[in-house]
Amino acid sequence: MRLSAKITMLMAVLAVSACTNANRFDNDAVDLNAATGQAGGIVPGSASDPSSPAYFQQTVGDRVLFAVDQSTLSPEARATLDGQVQWLRTNADYNAVIEGHADEQGTRAYNLALGARRANAVMEYLIAQGIPSNRLRFVSYGKERPIEICSEEACYAKNRRAVTIISAGLTS
Amino acid sequence: MKQIVASFLTVLMLAICAPLAALAQSGPLRIEITEGVVEPLPYAVPDFVAESAGAQQLAQQIARVVAEDLTGTGLFREVPREAHISQVTSFGSPVQFADWKAINAQALITGAVSEEGGRVVVKFRVWDVFAGTELGQGMQFAGTPDGWRRMAHKVADQVYSRITGESGYFDSRVVFVSESGPKDQRAKRLAVMDYDGANVQYLTGSNALVLAPRFSEDGQRVLYTSYETGMPRVHVLEVGTVQSRILQGQDGVMSFAPRFAPNGQTVVYSLTRGSNTDIWAMDIGSGGTRQLTNAPSIETAPSYSPDGSQIVFESDRSGTQQLYVMPAGGGEARRISFGQGRYSTPVWSPRGDMIAFTKQNAGRFHIGVMRTDGSEERLLTASFLDEGPTWAPNGRVIMFARETQGAQGASSLYTVDISGRNLKRVRTPEGASDPSWGPLQ
Repeated sequence: MRLSAKITMLMAVLAVSACTNANRFDNDAVDLNAATGQAGGIVPGSASDPSSPAYFQQTVGDRVLFAVDQSTLSPEARATLDGQVQWLRTNADYNAVIEGHADEQGTRAYNLALGARRANAVMEYLIAQGIPSNRLRFVSYGKERPIEICSEEACYAKNRRAVTIISAGLTS
Repeated sequence: MKQIVASFLTVLMLAICAPLAALAQSGPLRIEITEGVVEPLPYAVPDFVAESAGAQQLAQQIARVVAEDLTGTGLFREVPREAHISQVTSFGSPVQFADWKAINAQALITGAVSEEGGRVVVKFRVWDVFAGTELGQGMQFAGTPDGWRRMAHKVADQVYSRITGESGYFDSRVVFVSESGPKDQRAKRLAVMDYDGANVQYLTGSNALVLAPRFSEDGQRVLYTSYETGMPRVHVLEVGTVQSRILQGQDGVMSFAPRFAPNGQTVVYSLTRGSNTDIWAMDIGSGGTRQLTNAPSIETAPSYSPDGSQIVFESDRSGTQQLYVMPAGGGEARRISFGQGRYSTPVWSPRGDMIAFTKQNAGRFHIGVMRTDGSEERLLTASFLDEGPTWAPNGRVIMFARETQGAQGASSLYTVDISGRNLKRVRTPEGASDPSWGPLQ
């Protein structure tokens, strides 16, 4: 795949994720849906294209969740990561950055280190399943980037996560 | 009186010489800052006398800031100006002690302000009303008109010092993270302010996430963590020029939680390699690094003792976050926290006798203090989320960040005495977190 095509797909992911996050992107949402509907099939780069980052995000599943203060992978998390492994094997010209996160119930520095543990647990699993380590890296945001903002376990559970972000590879 | 006037010390803004002899003979007017102080000392501070045309407003403002500083400590109570019997119209006139006794003002602060050619001179005296004597000697400060708040803080520091016998903390600055936006889209930038929230100046933009700035001991430089490169990395910023640079020589995946050693040359910080976070030290000049801890657990939030010989830090090597002390060069660490719950963000006091920390227990967060051996633990606050204590330069007051609960949650700065009294919010233009209190200027 050419780099420009990959970038187009990444842009599509950004547009899709914007749609799911905020109502003010209504116009984009309409455009995307209309495009899919008119084509009546697979639009390259859209969530229905199995080789697209949007498909990875929405269908394969880009994130795994963790118990309080833990970085061990649950059976459910491993199942999600197995899907990620399959996708990354098939789409070998993409790289991935794994972002580790914590809920707000902890101090800042500790949560940074905890997010790193979580992201690293995902990265090590992907590597153990055969994804080359030079396609993967990780970063922790600690408690700085919650996706859910309530101060209840329902929100905390979604914030204790490691998210695999697909990025264009350096080699084509 | 002429002799006293003649003995005025002319003191420039950045070169203060406190008259030590005067401090020693402080007489009966004295607050001992101990657990026992609950009744604030009543004092009066009439508007300072304007000794030049146009200095009227400054003279009033300076007296008000002196009063805000003193009353803000919780150790002093101002007798309202409406109750004053005497009016002070001339700095040189004899004090009518009977008038101040009648309203039970135990201390009286008189002052005068003149402004000429862009130079402001503030002079003041402190009086022990019931003894009928001056407390210490008159003093004066000079500066530019836009430095008037600093001059007021210097007057208040002198008054505080003469009455309590301890150094003050009003002429000091705090570097912090200024926050805006909702919880899931929060923008953060570094800012510095006076200790009371005035004169906020922004040091970085909010394009890159920034965390946990820490002053050097001289207040000239700030260490902080920035995601400017996409990864958390330790940066250093010169406060004077507002120039910052990344510290070279940081290997590993991420580095964060930096703090200066008292010598200003060594930086201690956390470095993450693989899943593991340990504590490292770096010589800021040469970039040479040294690993101080080597454990599979999380070691972070290091803070030096004021003599630079030891480091207190947090580690979850026992299963939960606890506090440990090790030699500054690394080596065997001894655990000092043993109570219920989790302990984090330890900070050694400038006096060297105590360690402030964050504690999580039973779903609540606390700011607390303990002796450096872990004894005499005392919790000062409790809330949904209190975090990240920093010491006032005199080791009597702690500032920290408090985040409110829920979707609308926001962070603000608070101060509290180490006795646990006098909890107060510090007014900032936006949300604020991660304070680091600089030295007395």
